[in-house]
Amino acid sequence: MIKRNGGPFAPHDKSRRAFLTRSASFAGLAATSSLLNPSFARASGTLNFLTWCDHVDPRMVALYEGKTGNSVQSKIYEGTGAALSIKDQSSKGDWDLFCVDFQDTPIVAGKGYLAELDDSRVPWDKIFPAIRNQPHSYSADGKLYGIPTKFGYYGLAYNKDKVDPADARTAEIMWNEKYKGRIAVYDYYLPIIQLVGLSQGLRPQDITVENLPSNIREPLLKLKPQTRVVGDIVTVLNALHGGSTDMIIGGAEWLVALDMANNPALDFITFDEGALMWNEALSIFADARNPEASWAFIEAALSPEGQRFISTSECAWANPVRMDAALTAEEAGILRWEEQAKVLERAIPSSLAGDELDYAMLDLWQEFLAA
Amino acid sequence: MTANATQEGRAAQFELLPGKGLTLVRLAVWPPLAWIGAFFFIPIGFMLAISTWTRARGGLDPAWTLDNYEKILTRSYLLEGLTNSIEVALITTAISVIVAYPIAYVLAYRVPIKWQRVLLILAILPFWTSYLVRSYAWTVVLGDLGIVNVLLSQLGLISEPLILNYTRAATVLGFVHFFVMLLTLTIYANLVQISPLYRHAAADLGASGFQCFWRITLPLSLPGIMVGAFLTFVVCIGDYITPQILGGGNELLLPQSIIIQIQRTGDLPMAAAMSVVLMLTVTCAYFLTARWLRLDRL
Repeated sequence: MIKRNGGPFAPHDKSRRAFLTRSASFAGLAATSSLLNPSFARASGTLNFLTWCDHVDPRMVALYEGKTGNSVQSKIYEGTGAALSIKDQSSKGDWDLFCVDFQDTPIVAGKGYLAELDDSRVPWDKIFPAIRNQPHSYSADGKLYGIPTKFGYYGLAYNKDKVDPADARTAEIMWNEKYKGRIAVYDYYLPIIQLVGLSQGLRPQDITVENLPSNIREPLLKLKPQTRVVGDIVTVLNALHGGSTDMIIGGAEWLVALDMANNPALDFITFDEGALMWNEALSIFADARNPEASWAFIEAALSPEGQRFISTSECAWANPVRMDAALTAEEAGILRWEEQAKVLERAIPSSLAGDELDYAMLDLWQEFLAA
Repeated sequence: MTANATQEGRAAQFELLPGKGLTLVRLAVWPPLAWIGAFFFIPIGFMLAISTWTRARGGLDPAWTLDNYEKILTRSYLLEGLTNSIEVALITTAISVIVAYPIAYVLAYRVPIKWQRVLLILAILPFWTSYLVRSYAWTVVLGDLGIVNVLLSQLGLISEPLILNYTRAATVLGFVHFFVMLLTLTIYANLVQISPLYRHAAADLGASGFQCFWRITLPLSLPGIMVGAFLTFVVCIGDYITPQILGGGNELLLPQSIIIQIQRTGDLPMAAAMSVVLMLTVTCAYFLTARWLRLDRL
């Protein structure tokens, strides 16, 4: 039998075993903790919240906990698909409240996940009418499944020292040779395809499975050679801050407002072709154990103070839906709050018709990535 | 000769065990088998089953179908994603072996034993930092305003920044940085097991230093190279983070496509089918390298 020649590995058998023992103990502990977690999460007085990161801003959570005495147990996700996977893998009643893209609420409700909400409990008179009057606000049978809390736009986030603001006004900048190789694209297929659609005169609701290949495919694929980076929020921001790119297609206030105070070169704009708008909403799961605790959170989130905390979250800034949100002058300045009513007049909701179109868009997006 | 010695050693181990001890050993096998069954074979079974389902309104449709596999084989961009993944993994593995072998060789044969431990710790020191942080650190180094470009620019060697990050080369660099450490360890562990008597005997018989290396050390260290290379290939082909951060999403790799299915549309069946394809690729890699994969030599 070959003996080891006394190198550093030779005496390590014992410590390796010890390492494995410690690893196994750690894994066991971790597994046990995760098994115990749901029972903790289901404790009374706890709101189980499946959410985008901005709705669990520490100030917002403190506001809710201070008002109700409840605690918040949250799970942050990225993308409605991911959220629904989490929900599918959870036990019935594990989740109470759901922060979801407003345009997805009819689809999610159609799958039976959401409870109908009491319209009379929503302070609609304080909320921008344009936010309420969106095609997806109510289901086909007139039921409310989501209450909007925050909105923003998919447009352009850019370095105004490098990009001519006149060029930035139009979606044509995506194919402007002047910026070839200086473009980052946010990797969410839905708004990017919709922005390309707007540049071709197609509003989101006009995009269909049939016209996707004929009207969108070619300009989308032409965008690829212009692009330096296609990435998630951190990646595209890194590219912008690191000087590798000068703009982020699909970005706007939610990407750069947080940094604008420190970096005056950053700016955002919506395209003249249309201000493609996103909304976040709060929904209550159909099998929620604490629907009243969920309503208490919704009320806190829609209070002027709560609106400020959500819109200026450490995670991402965007606009409050409430017209009298308690923004400071500086926050209002960065968000261009005084212009919002005007921008909303030309806002186009980033809505999605259904699963079939979603699949077709995803196929096209992967073709774009591979191009 | 080496194989015989190993077999003899194994036989001797079992001969030392009394009858009851052997029974205990047999019983002791069951918990790890149960563990592997519960946390490997059953999940794999689930994954295979789900890969034949489809995403449907309100959840998953468990009706058996090969639609997902058909889609993978008929969509050119998904096949391209697979070939891109294999290419990146192969390039990374090859470069990592070429870089790691000399390091391991010097550590094993040229550095005094008392310094080997210190140098090994230095070699694996980057392992102690987060994989994610290391990938982001490379973006700082390779960026247009990064260290490399600034340095070259200040030296007057370039007037425009070189495009270093958000490329396949950047992805490979990030991978190589990580896997060279892994390969150094596996190759080193193998090299130190090779008896110096073989080399001494060869030298006595007139073999040159290169001949000693080429005909004795390299063949005997193949198990270490192949184990490290196989691990590198396996981890690399399934990695999502490095291509995303350093590759800048400029080419589609299959793990990225899997993430898109899960995060964006919650299409777990399609993601499972893609994962099965990746697993089959790794299985092929295993069969191609199996004859050299000798874990007992590590």
